[in-house]
Amino acid sequence: MGAPEIATAVLDVRNLSVAFATHTGPVAAVHDVSFTVAPGETLALVGESGSGKSVTSLAVMRLTPPAPRTRLDGQALFRSRDGTVRDLLAVPERAMRALRGNEIAMIFQEPMTSLNPVQRVGDQIAEAVMTHRPVGRREALDRAEHLLARVGISDARRRLAAFPHHLSGGMRQRVMIAMALACDPALLIADEPTTALDVTVQAQILELLQDLQRETGMAIVFITHNLGVVAEIADRVMVMYAGRIVEQGEVGPVMRAPLMPYTQGLLRAVPTLTVSDGFVPLTSIPGTVPSPTALPPGCAFEPRCPYALPGLCDATTPPLDDAFDGQQVRCLRWDAVAALEARP
Amino acid sequence: MSIMALTPPPIPRDGPLLRVDRLRQWFSSGGFMSPRLTVRAVEDVTFEIGRGEILGLVGESGSGKSTLGRAVLRVTDLTDGRVVFDGQDVSTLSKRQLRPLRARMQMIFQDPFASLNPRMTVGQIVGAPLRIQNPGISRSEVEARVGDALRTVGLADSHAERYPHEFSGGQRQRIGIARAFVLAPDFLVADEPVSALDVSIQAQVVNLLMEIKRKLDLTILFISHDLAVVGHVCDRVAVMYLGRIVEIADTRTLFRNPRHPYTEALFSAVPVADPSRRRQRILLKGDLPSPLAPPSGCAFRTRCRYAIPACAEAVPPLAHIGGGHQKACIRDDLALQPAC
Ligand SMILES: Nc1ncnc2c1ncn2[C@@H]1O[C@H](COP(=O)(O)OP(=O)(O)OP(=O)(O)O)[C@@H](O)[C@H]1O
Ligand SMILES: Nc1ncnc2c1ncn2[C@@H]1O[C@H](COP(=O)(O)OP(=O)(O)O)[C@@H](O)[C@H]1O
Ligand code: SF4
Ligand code: SF4
Ligand SMILES: [Mg+2]
Ligand SMILES: [Mg+2]
Repeated sequence: MGAPEIATAVLDVRNLSVAFATHTGPVAAVHDVSFTVAPGETLALVGESGSGKSVTSLAVMRLTPPAPRTRLDGQALFRSRDGTVRDLLAVPERAMRALRGNEIAMIFQEPMTSLNPVQRVGDQIAEAVMTHRPVGRREALDRAEHLLARVGISDARRRLAAFPHHLSGGMRQRVMIAMALACDPALLIADEPTTALDVTVQAQILELLQDLQRETGMAIVFITHNLGVVAEIADRVMVMYAGRIVEQGEVGPVMRAPLMPYTQGLLRAVPTLTVSDGFVPLTSIPGTVPSPTALPPGCAFEPRCPYALPGLCDATTPPLDDAFDGQQVRCLRWDAVAALEARP
Repeated sequence: MSIMALTPPPIPRDGPLLRVDRLRQWFSSGGFMSPRLTVRAVEDVTFEIGRGEILGLVGESGSGKSTLGRAVLRVTDLTDGRVVFDGQDVSTLSKRQLRPLRARMQMIFQDPFASLNPRMTVGQIVGAPLRIQNPGISRSEVEARVGDALRTVGLADSHAERYPHEFSGGQRQRIGIARAFVLAPDFLVADEPVSALDVSIQAQVVNLLMEIKRKLDLTILFISHDLAVVGHVCDRVAVMYLGRIVEIADTRTLFRNPRHPYTEALFSAVPVADPSRRRQRILLKGDLPSPLAPPSGCAFRTRCRYAIPACAEAVPPLAHIGGGHQKACIRDDLALQPAC
């Protein structure tokens, strides 16, 4: 079989589905997800907790539990720096290990659980370097110091000796980024990397990631539930709900005029930087994301949707429609909804 | 029976519910092979929280917010200063003396992953404070109150049988909130209670917190890095930097007329959900200085764009500038950008 075509994309995910085998039967966590990321591009993956963002990225990294506990379908075509294209879902585990932390890096939501609590951060970064590069310990530690300084950690030489619990949350996330950058990845998957950080640190980390991206041309898949963050860093955005893509497009159109009622709800729920007289309840989306084992019939968002039409939305599963400007939306009524939303 | 009906609000007494006076919380590190060093995590902090008031506490990671929150709950032994809760000096009470107060003072933690015991069911986790406070409590009473608490935070009674790892991050934070409310406390330290939640759920939880707050007449120290949420929720806001409060004012005044350069920088860093407003932020350079060796004088001077040589001389006192507004900056001539 010849190498598949993936144009210029670093990552081209096609019809990815992920199902977990559980004692109560299979759980289809991700359904028919397709997207691409080009070099130097940032794709934001947004959606509520449980919508399948992490499972999507873990599947691409092949970090879901091994078969038969997980069933992966579809393709995740990755273009290496040398131009070879491989399907990450099909390469042997050994080859995947060589790619992970090397050409593809990942930073997680919870830096504390991904860092070894009993190992000095300098040694952890140095190990990441030595795993993929033929360098000695001394050179690896020098690189670790350089990386720590690069991610904005003051006093980098002394911090090499620190244990993770000595560091603040922001610094731990910087250490994670330093570790991810150890081998100059072509693709960085960042799963909620700034969620637990305060705004100044978040602003610094976002700026840092953008600087690093400009320098290295790496593609970034940025998973977040913060639409403010999406607006700041993303070129394109993909909204997930109940394991499916429900809206996708350029960040400008999607955030200015979202077509999917779910995206509209997410945007309205973002509190603005204002003061009011007394507490004004925040706009929320009622209910919660349905469990993948108990999806409602028809549109999965129907029980929470203000525009749901009985007889239609609870009966027909909406396809992912091409709307305009390359914007895709999964809603049976998106044109009617757009007209209603356009009213003052 | 709803959780709110369990304990009537305490009879209002005079004075603030919480008074913190020149509080210090230091930690020593090093020792064995390295020289002993002292981290002044909280240094000379004085403030009050009125009954039923929500005081916001903002500041960067490592500025001492959680340490201050734990200190006022007397989770730690204070280095110096006083904490007066409802007229009672709790600064030097022992663990045993504190126990009766524990039911009234609760905490919601920052990290929903680390704060839940993975080997306990959700029902055991949420019910634990009930059992600790009242060892003779009946099983059915615990079940009923746990069920109430779970439903209050948007979970179902049936979730009590399950373990934390079976829940998403958002659901785990709600479990932590249910645990904090199961005793119907009147003072709550909420340490980043919604920062791990996605916006729609965050809005639900904030609205829920405010509803419970109103019904229980709760007083809250609300630690958050989300200034937008703080603006919606808090009556007053204190801004912390390297262990000290550098500005405190009612929310409107702080947002409309910030008087400390650090407050201005915090507001400027807030991301706005509008891609056409991608703007030049006042990006703080570098990191928070090491608390082991804070800069002399104003600790913020190494990152302050308005610093002048005089800023290095002495720690600026937290000075009253009228209307309950206090700031610790020697410059009175600055026109700072408001938040909105
Ligand atoms: N190992 C597993 N076994 C069974 N179900 C799983 C497993 N991992 C995830 N799931 C389910 O898959 C769905 C998607 O989970 P995922 O962690 O991707 O959500 P998410 O959008 O990343 O949420 P969060 O922001 O809370 O991490 C959820 O319903 C989750 O319960
Ligand atoms: N047990 C401890 N031992 C040593 N240093 C500590 C301890 N707890 C907190 N610190 C230090 O105190 C400072 C404030 O920490 P913390 O209260 O966690 O800040 P925040 O909650 O604002 O992130 C940090 O420099 C931190 O490293
Ligand atoms: S298909 Fe119907 S229920 Fe689903 S988002 Fe569109 S209008 Fe709402
Ligand atoms: S005292 Fe000086 S350094 Fe400190 S905030 Fe004011 S201007 Fe800046
Ligand atoms: Mg996730
Ligand atoms: Mg903290």
